[in-house]
Amino acid sequence: MPKLIELADGEARWADDAFVHVADEDAIPDAGDVILSLARFEAEGDALLSSNSRRVGVRIESDQEVEVLAYDLPRIAVVALAFPKYRDGRAYTSARLLRERFGYQGQVRAVGDVLQEQAGFMVRCGFDAFEPADGATPEAWTKAARRFRHVYQRAADDRVVAFEERAS
Amino acid sequence: MYQYDVIDREFLIDRSSEFRGQVGRRLAGEITEDQFKPLRLMNGLYLQLHAYMLRIAIPYGSLNPTQTRRLAEIARDYDKGYGHFTTRQNIQFNWIKLKDAPDILDKLAEVDLHAIQTSGNCIRNTTSDPYAGATAEEIDDPRVWSEVIRQWSTLHPEFSFLPRKFKIAITASAKDRTAAKVHDIGLLLRQGRDGTHGFEVIVGGGQGRTPYVGPSIKQFLPTDRLLSYLEAVLRVYNRHGRRDNIYKARIKILVAALGAEEFARQVEEEWSKIDAARADLPAAELARIRASFAKTPFETLPARSEAFELAKAHDSAFARFVRNNVRAHKQPGYAIVEVSLKAPEQTPGDASADQLELVADLAERYSFSDLRVTHAQNLVLPHVKQDDLPTVFAALQAAGLATPNIDLISDIIACPGLDYCALANARAIPIAQDIARQFADPDRAEEVGELKIKISGCINACGHHHVAHIGILGVDKKGEEFYQLSLGGSGAEDASIGKILGPALPADKVATAVDQLVGAYLNVRADGERFLDTYRRVGLEPFKEAVYAQAD
Repeated sequence: MPKLIELADGEARWADDAFVHVADEDAIPDAGDVILSLARFEAEGDALLSSNSRRVGVRIESDQEVEVLAYDLPRIAVVALAFPKYRDGRAYTSARLLRERFGYQGQVRAVGDVLQEQAGFMVRCGFDAFEPADGATPEAWTKAARRFRHVYQRAADDRVVAFEERAS
Repeated sequence: MYQYDVIDREFLIDRSSEFRGQVGRRLAGEITEDQFKPLRLMNGLYLQLHAYMLRIAIPYGSLNPTQTRRLAEIARDYDKGYGHFTTRQNIQFNWIKLKDAPDILDKLAEVDLHAIQTSGNCIRNTTSDPYAGATAEEIDDPRVWSEVIRQWSTLHPEFSFLPRKFKIAITASAKDRTAAKVHDIGLLLRQGRDGTHGFEVIVGGGQGRTPYVGPSIKQFLPTDRLLSYLEAVLRVYNRHGRRDNIYKARIKILVAALGAEEFARQVEEEWSKIDAARADLPAAELARIRASFAKTPFETLPARSEAFELAKAHDSAFARFVRNNVRAHKQPGYAIVEVSLKAPEQTPGDASADQLELVADLAERYSFSDLRVTHAQNLVLPHVKQDDLPTVFAALQAAGLATPNIDLISDIIACPGLDYCALANARAIPIAQDIARQFADPDRAEEVGELKIKISGCINACGHHHVAHIGILGVDKKGEEFYQLSLGGSGAEDASIGKILGPALPADKVATAVDQLVGAYLNVRADGERFLDTYRRVGLEPFKEAVYAQAD
């Protein structure tokens, strides 16, 4: 099971990951929470969700648009946004849209080439769970996410922006 | 000038300490060069041919004397005594040791300077008009909007891993000194019929392998909607820009592939969904930023300075300097002074530590502590009293900074080329020096008039050769340096991409070829025509013949 870091109230911690990533070629296990590809979710998501016995998450690749999930978001427990390489920054946009445009309240999880140096950006864009690819610990993650005392622009987090600090 | 407050300063301190930690981990062997590379690049540190190069941001090309003196100190203590100003108003030091880089960033942070976003696939330093706040042409001070963008784009959480680098230029004058139309975004400030201000938005201009003059996708963007609109443009680009091929990843490729109209439509659609109240800058913050560029405390002076007129009449060298390096100021009795970094035998854009200190002193004493960097790799003292011009000229002249050649043939833009750069195919600096030598006679240079030569040592076009009146591109032919000439480009308001003249020439034939091109121009030019105007009227043929006829 990949290690999962969860962020709550500004504190990163190891978490037990209740979800299983199900590859498209594998059968869906009989029970337990699952994260499916978008195609699999579109084909089988309804049936799984209507059984009401488990939670379902969806993995969105960096070239897929989160808008396609808009209708289903209230029923989706996790949106896993993939970073095929850390340099591929499309998932940052996806995360912000999920949080800011669609008001998504579930978990937004970073998967793939997820490095602690990107922690600050990810947290600001609304990610709250991470499968680190660099062996980073929650401590490193908390530190990276808090490295800057100030931020200059509004994003999906609740940080007070420089111009708000100045106005107060 | 904009004054950093405690928030801006603490931000730089946090950034500097983050980088110190990263360098420490690298020097201790905890991370590999591969892992370190993206981290150092985010702090402007490149590994070049001979050493590390540190590129320091000079937001919209504006420096105060304290900052300039600090740059001199760094040049002296950590480099070989000089720095190199770039075509994006930044400064580079070419001989940096990795272990010194954290100390340098600390020293920069002490004077409100940094190297954030001078590299990497992020929003780079925003460039602007070096005459801002000084020229009568402008309808507003573009530095206000440059500073708004500086803050908004700094460590932007969504736009720090774009498909490729992203450069924004802003101008508020009809005459464009920023090359706005060959930027990823060019913002041209306009006055609407009702007197309100808005930006014409140019997107997808660029140079490199596939040069484009950017199309206009919005005629009039109300200024208070700037940030939400930029967010929409960047978001469309971040999602749809190509990531499979580094050479096709700039926004210009996306705009060209979709067509400007479709790209504009996608931006409008995204823009309509953005919550303006959250995305646009609050009026109070805009007012705060605007106040920090508050009017310079000019004295009320007569439009005509007797001391200045007298000096011009008696000193022909001074008169020549005034003709070429001094520009009209909006305030009566003042002038804008260009400080040439293109002396004969000099590397274009280089300044020594001594020169930096001298210019810092002059800015402090004679220009309200304000100094600018131009995209043509020169410096500007923006607010000099005409009465003080003879003194300023004498001081510049003594330091080798008064070459009277602004916009003339020896005011050459050149990239560092194969002398420094790991990407280059050929040297650029010696070619610039050859041409400057060929046209060393100032009378002849003035007779030739405005002629912009720009040299790039490779197809990445850092020397802006595509938008030169005469562009020179270094190419490698079986291990030998050759140079391809192009004519008719412009990076100004009349932007255009140059056309290739003919087969590439060996290094020792380039200056001669330029001489032949100038000869052809002088033969056929009509009254008042610049080289570029003549070229546009008569086309490539007479020039081609002048260079290649004898060779056949």
